[in-house]
Amino acid sequence: MAQVVTAAETLEDKLTQELGYDDHFHEHHHGDKYQSNFLTTYIFSTDHKIIGRQFLITGIFWAFVGAAMSIVFRLQLGFPEADLAWLKPLLGKWIQVNDAGIGKLDPEFYYSLVTMHGTILVFFVLTAGLSGTFSNILIPLQVGARDMASPLLNAFSYWFFFLAGVVMLLSLFLSTGPFSGGWTAYPPLSALGQASDGSKAGMTMWIVSMSLFVVSALLGGINYITTVLNLRTKGMNMWRMPLTIWAFFITAILGVLSFPVLFSGLLLLIFDRSMGTSFYLSEIVVGGQILDRIGGSPILYQHLFWFLGHPEVYIIILPAMGIVSEVLSVHSRKPIFGYRAMVYSILAIAFLSFIVWAHHMFMSGVNPFISNFFVVFTLIIAVPSAIKVFNWISTVYGSNFRFNSASLFALGFVSMFISGGLTGIFLGNSAIDIQLHDTYFVVAHFHIVMGIAAFFGMFAGIYHWFPKMFGRFMNETLGKIHFWGTLVGAYAIFWPMHYTGMAGVPRRYYSIENFDSFRHFVDLNQFITIAAIVVFFLQVLFIINFFYSVFSGRKLTTKNPWGANTLEWTTPIQPGHGNWPDKIPAVQRWPYDYGKDGEEYMPQYVPLRDGEHDHGH
Amino acid sequence: MAETSVAHAHETHGQGDDPQLWEGAKEPFKASYGKLMMWYFLVSDAFTFAGFLIAYGALRFSMPTWPEPDFVFASFPFVKAHWPLVFVTFMTFVLIFSSVTMVRAVQEGHRENQRGVVFWMFLTILGGATFLGSQAYEWTTLIAAENMTVKQNPFGRHIADGIFLNEDGTEAKKPDGTPDTFHKGESYLLHMHPVRQSDGTMKDEFIQRKMKYTTGAYAGQTGIQELGPKAFGALFFFITGFHGFHVFSGVLFLSIIMINAASGLYAARKNGYEMVEKIGLYWHFVDLVWVFVFLVFYLL
Repeated sequence: MAQVVTAAETLEDKLTQELGYDDHFHEHHHGDKYQSNFLTTYIFSTDHKIIGRQFLITGIFWAFVGAAMSIVFRLQLGFPEADLAWLKPLLGKWIQVNDAGIGKLDPEFYYSLVTMHGTILVFFVLTAGLSGTFSNILIPLQVGARDMASPLLNAFSYWFFFLAGVVMLLSLFLSTGPFSGGWTAYPPLSALGQASDGSKAGMTMWIVSMSLFVVSALLGGINYITTVLNLRTKGMNMWRMPLTIWAFFITAILGVLSFPVLFSGLLLLIFDRSMGTSFYLSEIVVGGQILDRIGGSPILYQHLFWFLGHPEVYIIILPAMGIVSEVLSVHSRKPIFGYRAMVYSILAIAFLSFIVWAHHMFMSGVNPFISNFFVVFTLIIAVPSAIKVFNWISTVYGSNFRFNSASLFALGFVSMFISGGLTGIFLGNSAIDIQLHDTYFVVAHFHIVMGIAAFFGMFAGIYHWFPKMFGRFMNETLGKIHFWGTLVGAYAIFWPMHYTGMAGVPRRYYSIENFDSFRHFVDLNQFITIAAIVVFFLQVLFIINFFYSVFSGRKLTTKNPWGANTLEWTTPIQPGHGNWPDKIPAVQRWPYDYGKDGEEYMPQYVPLRDGEHDHGH
Repeated sequence: MAETSVAHAHETHGQGDDPQLWEGAKEPFKASYGKLMMWYFLVSDAFTFAGFLIAYGALRFSMPTWPEPDFVFASFPFVKAHWPLVFVTFMTFVLIFSSVTMVRAVQEGHRENQRGVVFWMFLTILGGATFLGSQAYEWTTLIAAENMTVKQNPFGRHIADGIFLNEDGTEAKKPDGTPDTFHKGESYLLHMHPVRQSDGTMKDEFIQRKMKYTTGAYAGQTGIQELGPKAFGALFFFITGFHGFHVFSGVLFLSIIMINAASGLYAARKNGYEMVEKIGLYWHFVDLVWVFVFLVFYLL
């Protein structure tokens, strides 16, 4: 770090030298004295790039666990007669082997698996793993900051997430099993230990884990907002921020405003569980015994939960949208279509997300007239969502599209978002919801629109920024197999569920065998399970590709392999703590000048030419 | 590191007319990252309290009755008198006044007067501790003397006019011979006394008198004097407890920061007494929350 580059070698270096923003980095730091050994460099690091990778790898671990759980319960659903005794070494007493030697999945554990699958995927993978990873890696790099506003709190954010994971993982090994009342944890099932085995210690650990997770989300979110507002480099005004940053910024605001309300709800739940209060309980009978719990309201919990729960789905999908906007623009070699419309639609979605929560509760006995309000605002969300979809399509339209793993997954995201978004219009309607509520139609809807779509956004981000994270490329062939297999496979899993759902097949049931009216879905259910297994192994292929490429992927030889405009590609191939060795490049233009004035791309540090229109004001 | 990248922010001209305000390499609100983070934390904390107060509203307005604050909160230390809301007024005054002393501490910080900071912070801590002590007295009275807990609430209110009945079902009379009647909206506190159980042990039970309603939709119905809504006790202890926990944490942090200030740590810092300002934000927030808690439990 001691030698300061004097001879400007490239245009980029020259511009950074002449116009760059000098924050007197060298006067304060000579190397990073805190990062001297393996432990402080890779484990207890305060560097946002390391923390981002920690979130990513932890997220991958949880994605694997959560997906494996879904395979187990899909086996039960697709092949209820099958012998699962071979799973006994893994699941132990949760596989009951009868006298004939046939192993069956314990029904209570089936519910635990469904609950854990939901909790893990929604919070640990698609919140922490997605927003945690990319907000950490990209916010300081793309706004031109040395690190997050508070690197220490940022590290705490990861470690609280890690602890939340440890607690949740431990709950899997309880003798009464992990919580089994659904990821939404509605009382009274979640409030009374005697209600079911999973509601005993498993639920207590679930609450502890989720509380730790809320702390993690708040520490992260507060940091992201502050970094975006206060630490942008010279020239990086708000309208010159890449759409990724806009998305992470708004996501963080959603998190800071909604997670505390979940926290309130969980605290009241803890009191109901362990202090004998009745916030959520009224006139309960368990096992024929009337409990002395009166005066509470289970609907109150649902309101508090969904006040988080609905913004939560946008906390999941907005980062994916931001990533997709950036990836599509870079690989289309075209400016993003309607940059400002994109920003305004993110803002509109974020605002609306706070006033639609009760559309999850149409069937909970809320007043139908209140439902009207929520129906209207829910359907209005289709407007900004459609603006975004048309802008992505217009960005790709007529472009010299580079088909690689990153851009394919970004396209796949658009496809999934359209398919899943359309069914959202069905479900947002309180009258149609009477038929569709709690059926496989809902499962299909949210898996496509926020499960698969968010995963596709995440994959696009991983393939695109892998070179920045690890200095190597991922294997393209495996990446394309991963994409096409997952695209087809995901539709094969979830498309048929629309039909079973419309026919009224309820979700969360251990078995639908005993219903005559659903008997003809047996083959379809088997097909879904087989598709799920295939897709699961394709994700294993991705994980293999990921870790293989971290150590042995094709090495990066240039700083900016994709020819992108944003600032993260101006850092050295392996940036140290502080990101830029000397001055931070000053920003002169918006990030989407692709194919302009005969230039293929013009990075953000290139000054505007005489008479050139500035998109960033 | 973060401080370094905002080195240009200490320019003196006003923020409102600065065309470069949002152009990067600046702190747009002239607020350091630390102060901003405290603000965002407070916003999130406000949402947590909002969740509780909404729970309060939802439960309270689903109940047919709710205890009357003037009746419930009428005790005063060392005085056997019925002084409605006098003690809580004192508590509230102390807490609000500690905000004033906090403002003075921050002001002395801007003047870089170390002794002034420590003096006014000490008064603030004193105010916070007095509030906590008062709350401890209030809780002790409610729990130990009046038997209100998170599970039971002996403070009730009559939902209609009526008359008390004797054990044999005849109408009760007061010692002066007039009928022992009660009126709609009147408050009562149920007392406990020991009752011999079937296994011979003694156990405290509430004395619930028989009664008969004489007016309204309930006219003619008999019953016993009911306990008040459970949710009152649970919500009161939960929400004032959560607020008290905030005050407690505040006193703790104020003490640490006061010791730091006294040791001269902040005098040597580039950003001076900013820590005092940050804890000040928190302290004012805690006071502001009390205004809402005071409103819903003591006034409404």
